[in-house]
Amino acid sequence: MFRLQTIGRGYLCSGILEQCSSEFTTKTLRHLSSVWKQSRDIEVEGVKSLSTAEASAVMPKDENGRIRDRILTLETMSPLVKAVEYAVRGPIVIKAGEIERELNQGIKKPFTEVIRANIGDAHAMGQKPITFLRQVVALSTFPELLESPSFPEDAKNRARRILQDCGGNRSYSASQGLEIIRENIATYLEHRDNGIPADPNNIYLTTGASDGIMSILKLLVTGDGLSRTGVMIPIPQYPLYSAAISELGAVQVNYYLDEDNCWALDVSELHRALSSARKYCTPKVLCIINPGNPTGQVQSRKCIEDVIHFAYEEKLFILSDEVYQDNIYSPDCQFHSFKKVLFEMGPEYFNNVELASFHSTSKGYIGECGFRGGFMEVVNMDPDVRTQMIKLLSVRLCPPVSGQVAMDVVVNPPQPGEQSFEQFAKEKKTVLRELARKARLTEEILNSVPGIKCNPVQGAMYAFPRIFIPPKAIQEAKPSSKAKSLADLHSTKKKVQQLPRSATLNRDKGYSSLPLCINQDIPFANIPTSKGQPLCLFDKNDVNFDLIDKKALQHMQELMISIVMCQGIDLSLHINELKMDMVHKTKYSIVFKCEIHGAAPRGYPSCENK
Amino acid sequence: MFRLQTIGRGYLCSGILEQCSSEFTTKTLRHLSSVWKQSRDIEVEGVKSLSTAEASAVMPKDENGRIRDRILTLETMSPLVKAVEYAVRGPIVIKAGEIERELNQGIKKPFTEVIRANIGDAHAMGQKPITFLRQVVALSTFPELLESPSFPEDAKNRARRILQDCGGNSLGSYSASQGLEIIRENIATYLEHRDNGIPADPNNIYLTTGASDGIMSILKLLVTGDGLSRTGVMIPIPQYPLYSAAISELGAVQVNYYLDEDNCWALDVSELHRALSSARKYCTPKVLCIINPGNPTGQVQSRKCIEDVIHFAYEEKLFILSDEVYQDNIYSPDCQFHSFKKVLFEMGPEYFNNVELASFHSTSKGYIGECGFRGGFMEVVNMDPDVRTQMIKLLSVRLCPPVSGQVAMDVVVNPPQPGEQSFEQFAKEKKTVLRELARKARLTEEILNSVPGIKCNPVQGAMYAFPRIFIPPKAIQEAKALGMAPDMFYCLQLLEETGICVVPGSGFGQRNGTYHFRMTILPPVEKLKLLLTKVKEFHINFLQQYASSESTSR
Repeated sequence: MFRLQTIGRGYLCSGILEQCSSEFTTKTLRHLSSVWKQSRDIEVEGVKSLSTAEASAVMPKDENGRIRDRILTLETMSPLVKAVEYAVRGPIVIKAGEIERELNQGIKKPFTEVIRANIGDAHAMGQKPITFLRQVVALSTFPELLESPSFPEDAKNRARRILQDCGGNRSYSASQGLEIIRENIATYLEHRDNGIPADPNNIYLTTGASDGIMSILKLLVTGDGLSRTGVMIPIPQYPLYSAAISELGAVQVNYYLDEDNCWALDVSELHRALSSARKYCTPKVLCIINPGNPTGQVQSRKCIEDVIHFAYEEKLFILSDEVYQDNIYSPDCQFHSFKKVLFEMGPEYFNNVELASFHSTSKGYIGECGFRGGFMEVVNMDPDVRTQMIKLLSVRLCPPVSGQVAMDVVVNPPQPGEQSFEQFAKEKKTVLRELARKARLTEEILNSVPGIKCNPVQGAMYAFPRIFIPPKAIQEAKPSSKAKSLADLHSTKKKVQQLPRSATLNRDKGYSSLPLCINQDIPFANIPTSKGQPLCLFDKNDVNFDLIDKKALQHMQELMISIVMCQGIDLSLHINELKMDMVHKTKYSIVFKCEIHGAAPRGYPSCENK
Repeated sequence: MFRLQTIGRGYLCSGILEQCSSEFTTKTLRHLSSVWKQSRDIEVEGVKSLSTAEASAVMPKDENGRIRDRILTLETMSPLVKAVEYAVRGPIVIKAGEIERELNQGIKKPFTEVIRANIGDAHAMGQKPITFLRQVVALSTFPELLESPSFPEDAKNRARRILQDCGGNSLGSYSASQGLEIIRENIATYLEHRDNGIPADPNNIYLTTGASDGIMSILKLLVTGDGLSRTGVMIPIPQYPLYSAAISELGAVQVNYYLDEDNCWALDVSELHRALSSARKYCTPKVLCIINPGNPTGQVQSRKCIEDVIHFAYEEKLFILSDEVYQDNIYSPDCQFHSFKKVLFEMGPEYFNNVELASFHSTSKGYIGECGFRGGFMEVVNMDPDVRTQMIKLLSVRLCPPVSGQVAMDVVVNPPQPGEQSFEQFAKEKKTVLRELARKARLTEEILNSVPGIKCNPVQGAMYAFPRIFIPPKAIQEAKALGMAPDMFYCLQLLEETGICVVPGSGFGQRNGTYHFRMTILPPVEKLKLLLTKVKEFHINFLQQYASSESTSR
């Protein structure tokens, strides 16, 4: 077996070499490392499925320094991190980057540019920054500009006040954020919520809203098995939530938004989701995204009241993601903050319901994503837990101060009578008017397409149209046992990459078929057999099929796994059984059908003898 | 029992009422909430020890809405987060804030200001920012300034090049999760220059939100297993408490190795062996953290020592995390900074092809000291390509590090060159900062060593002194009676009597029976002298106070 793997590795080397070198285009890889690194990368592709112990048993340490397993591999890394998925910057976006590079290299495509509509990144899409915000940030970054006559006084005043609150100029701030900015946020929230009080001590500046959501979830997630914390999230959701839940090892509890009703949230669906989740976890958190991402719906006041009542009754901590609160386009819709509705519902509620709401500089009419500014307001948090949270936040020291300054401008924009007011109001109006127009436009054009249905984009920055996909296309997308998805290992580097990545992930069925074809043209491996004579696959000679026996099959299974692993398909979390049947054999090839069963033990999957 | 608790709560109300109202000074707490919140806070104080089930059994929901247990309490919260400790911003610092407020309210103290020597925050201590850096950040924030004649061309060029790499030419776009490409290229060039031409690949470089963020991300990938197979993380003692905090948060196992105080806090490989083999009995050590130059210890590792450590990691299959944020802060003329990356590559292919290494840098330290920008980067060598994909995925969930921090990092690695317009001013500012720091390092060591009962190793690098203090047995007894670590007791007294805020050694770790504190050397020279003199006086008094009563009690 050891011999097999060593040789297999050697062969894989030559096979993958070409592919590897394409990764080494960067100018900085020079004299020392290039040769070494190539062989290193190759080696890992082939060896991945060996455990560290096995590896060191086979491989003498001094063999050119390249045949040692890494400490951190796909198998040894944290399964929590591995389980994280984040589609907004996932495979499609990576592919977009590749296409962009190809276009830059002059490769012809049926289009001349990649339009990145995958993420709500306003400035990258050409939206102009709000001048006043940039002025205040620039002034507080480079206070010499306070002397410059080309900056308006109101921007200077804001910068001066912020600088007074900074230790020196740009020191660490308090972990919770600069006090003056927290005070301005409190004033802003009171104004937004018809005078309902906000306490600066309940406000925490964050590194974008994501950071705040993650911090609160960290505090909330506990338990094991049945007592593990469940986190209720809307479907469709913004994948930060599912990613955070995976990373923390919490249990994701889905509640579905009602597409037929403009993606409204229906409390009976919350009840359904909660009671079914209670069978396998302890739901403790309810996440709300309002206005919705990706769905763009704006919740009615009545709906919010129902949700709060539900959370109150069921003892759920509410996380209310309100980063799109300034992005409301439908004239019939109005933004109501959870905090406001909570307080209007009376002391029974506002004294009891624990609520964290989130805001950010990245959205609204500001769209300053790069500053990573944001804040959260937490009401009814236990004072002891608050101390714990501040401790947790203090380990990261503080959110970026320029993001805090940007947040300050969001909550404390120029007022009527101030020098910059007119320009600011004009810029703000332009952005919001354009967005409203684009929301309508998107909905209208999409709805004019047969087979596409788009709900009104009431708010936020996205359309989430439903698309009709013909059955034939669905078939083609799904892994099939037909030749199309057979991976021809002759061209390992190209074809194997086309292996259906979803092949292992068909959790509904509990298993899936992963057809693999091993073509004899590629020199691949010597398989040990019980007969003492190795079975030499793919060495341009006819395969001696008589040699295929239990032991050989077992080794071939392992080989399969390492091939599949090579493609980055994560089997370790899902396999507890791998069945291989020889489907047919010809003079030149054997086709195996692999069935991968179940979800289970980590690490190297157990193989059954057949 | 239920009755008792209900009544107890009632009593607590009146008892705590007065205390509570002092918390409600903010102007914004008005009509609706003040009464309700007070009673709510009180209730929690009194009810905390009830479980949720008990609580709801006792307390009907409609009783004025105030007698319901919270969902998130000290009992129900994550035990991992609860276990996190972070002394640098811990109780002493909170106390310092209280004293500052009292001073502002006019309350008389034996001092007029609190000197915060607890954290390496250069600008808060009066260090001037490097002009060129601020110019580049301001220009890229507000590109209209590119037209202004008052900014130098070299700063404008840098800002223009960075903006070209930003989506929509705006600092307000998300960058790639790994950081702006042009900045990663500049970092690679900088690293090659620093490491005598050893190549650096921009694809191995990741911009981070301060170095802390990078350290946390790598640890997240590394920590796995249960019981015996749980990942152990080796850290120096004394350490920078980010490490212990991250280890707690991730539920990893902290494996201590002790630095040798008698030998200028040097790292001794035999101690690594000892720590490793004892740890293997209860966990699976997989990570070795190194802080060089040391925080809080200020030692600079020799090339030989680094080689030994790398060999050890190679032999024992440990992933190295090398925290090198103080690489520009070297003061002793006999010491030189060697990066782990450089030494690793100089040790030959056997090592540089095998040893997995992540090294960290930051904008917060060095001669730049831009803590608020939260800029930083890490370089990761020999990372499995699949794991790299996983890491980029993990980083992408946070979208990107703050772009202005990335710009600040760019200036650190790509400062004005000789011949450029800003070079002269930049070089002067840099030299001033570093010269001052070296002077303060010497001064601190000298004055501290002149105090009986204080011993301070040379501050070879970084920004801190970590002197050993003798605490008389009587004081130790008194501290223990108060349930306090003796050095915490010492530091609290120091704070209350002199207004000087330093962090007790127990927050960083120290050998049993030894006591230390960490202070930053960053205050301006005159203030630092004053500070050290006050420490001296305090310590002598402290010794007398506890020595005399000790002798009488014997």
